Amino acid sequence: MVKYVFKRVGMAALTLLIIVFLLFWLVRVMPGNPFPSERMSDVQIAAKRAELGLDDPILVQFRNYVAKLLKGDFGNGTSLYYGVPIKTVLRTAVSNSFRIGGFAILLGTAVGLLLGITAALNRGRFLDGFCTVFSIIGVCVPSYVFLIFLQYTFSFKIPFFPYFFDADRFAFSSVMPALSLSLFTMSTIARFTRNEMVEVFDSDYVRLAEAKGMYGGKLVRAHVLRNALIPIVTVLAPLVVDLLTGALVVEKIYGINGIGKLMVDAITGEGIDYNYVLALGILYSTLYIAVMLLVDLLYGVLDPRIRVAAKEED
Amino acid sequence: MSAETILKISDLDISFRTNAGVVHAIRGVDMDLQKGETVAVVGESGSGKSVTMKAVMGLLDSNAVVNSGEILYRRPGDEDAQMIDLLKIGKKQLRQDINGQHIAMVFQDPMTSLDPTMPIGRQIMEGILLHKNVSQSEARRRALELLELVGINDAEKRFKNYPHQLSGGMRQRVVIAIALSADPDILICDEPTTALDVTIQAKILELIKSIQEKMKLSVIYITHDLGVVAKVADYVNVMYAGRIVEVGNVNEIFYEPCHPYTWGLLSAMPDINTDDDRLYSIPGSPPNLLHEPVGDAFADRNPFAMAIDKKAAPPMFKISETHFAATWLLHPDAPKVELPEELRHRIERARKEAEQYL
Repeated sequence: MVKYVFKRVGMAALTLLIIVFLLFWLVRVMPGNPFPSERMSDVQIAAKRAELGLDDPILVQFRNYVAKLLKGDFGNGTSLYYGVPIKTVLRTAVSNSFRIGGFAILLGTAVGLLLGITAALNRGRFLDGFCTVFSIIGVCVPSYVFLIFLQYTFSFKIPFFPYFFDADRFAFSSVMPALSLSLFTMSTIARFTRNEMVEVFDSDYVRLAEAKGMYGGKLVRAHVLRNALIPIVTVLAPLVVDLLTGALVVEKIYGINGIGKLMVDAITGEGIDYNYVLALGILYSTLYIAVMLLVDLLYGVLDPRIRVAAKEED
Repeated sequence: MSAETILKISDLDISFRTNAGVVHAIRGVDMDLQKGETVAVVGESGSGKSVTMKAVMGLLDSNAVVNSGEILYRRPGDEDAQMIDLLKIGKKQLRQDINGQHIAMVFQDPMTSLDPTMPIGRQIMEGILLHKNVSQSEARRRALELLELVGINDAEKRFKNYPHQLSGGMRQRVVIAIALSADPDILICDEPTTALDVTIQAKILELIKSIQEKMKLSVIYITHDLGVVAKVADYVNVMYAGRIVEVGNVNEIFYEPCHPYTWGLLSAMPDINTDDDRLYSIPGSPPNLLHEPVGDAFADRNPFAMAIDKKAAPPMFKISETHFAATWLLHPDAPKVELPEELRHRIERARKEAEQYL
């Protein structure tokens, strides 16, 4: 098992390195300038390029970047928040995005599971149909449309929640964005849980458990849930990353200083801020790889078949 | 009806609502099971043998409709008590009072009938804890005993194994152990050896037989393998298109079969002593029960069919106290039809062989 974990972590680290290189290269190939070029003369730009080492061969630049990165230094902004270390700006953004995203994940997963289980237990009846319709709407309506609807209803028509994000009233003002972000997760989880459970209900081992004399809640807890949950974990993982890294549009609309908004600003500001785009790209990739790794390991805990396969690799 | 009858199915009629229409799968089935005996239900796929037993277990799919009939069950040693109609008592009560502790079932495919995420020992304990008022440690002790009873060596070690760590034969032994976990009176075996390879088949059949003697079980075998029937059964029900077409004790069915369908089944058994180099198969395929058959459902495939077979379904004709068959050939007015020659030779050979062992 230890060998298995090491192997997976090693693979993850290698994947990350390749991704960082690709990002690094792509950012440089991208059209546009890393600084507000309209306000600078050619001489200034040339001096700036030399200062940032942008004229060095790309492999040399990459080596220097990774060396700094390993020390935890993402560099400074080149056009966005000029001169402020990226780490400082990122810290606030990550904190905002993660808290709202985390709230959305909890809400989406909990309600999604509940809906899915309810639908599966009432298969073919009204509640099942209701959950199906809800999931389809939830998957189809983009989260920012739902957010605008919420703003219109609960900030304008019934003035209760604030129009925009307010860091001083964090919990209260994150209800609407979290709710709108959770809709997609909620619907996906609900639909998936329902289908997985229905499949497990039709399985031979549930038949055998029934033949033993099991029924109702006991049957669901002992044999249905765990088997249905295994594939749900795989679906949940990428959704978690999406939510944690913040939805670009929702953050922009609701005025949240999160990483989604930061990414948009870094690209659409005066000049493309290479260091911000890179730092955020690395953050996204790291999160994604970490969550996938976690899922792989969690799979081993949930599914004895994988646990044993991992043991045999030792 | 003798006092020893513990399960009596009468006039069972079941249909399934499907997208294509109503499939009339079971069209009036009667069956008796006496205490301690073994009854085999034989027929092709789709003849309704599994559906009948699923009805007994309350495991019918949700689109099934029971149109009529009763499935009466009597607890052994409780001869004065009213028989319970398993179709009437409701699912919850069926699970609580009947499934597992009185009527248990062994399924066809051991590869899929165990929960892949639960150790096998735990799965056996579940049945014990559900029906017997015992502690965890006592249940564990009994589960280990059961594992040994079904012939699993180093039960202590296997107890913690997950299903995928066991071979098909072992898994079927575990499924049998689960079925036996709450001391049932009736064991229904739905093609218990079909998914296993031949060398394991015989072992599993012997295992069930020895357990049956030890625990005084009544056993119902669902199978399409007449070889299995010959080995294990006391009585045989031959099913065709949702009806029982011939019933008798094992000697009557194998040596004096009366229904042309039974003749076909017997002729279709591979036999190394034949000069014929072709294996017989019954021509055609079973009728689609989406359309109610008119007359005898077997008429189209029956080389001995008469005009009346196309018009009216035959009733059960009595041949002996235990032997009945539903074919117009047994009607007093019917012409005398001889057994197909090849089958007659085969039966004679089998008789001689059997006499050697007497």
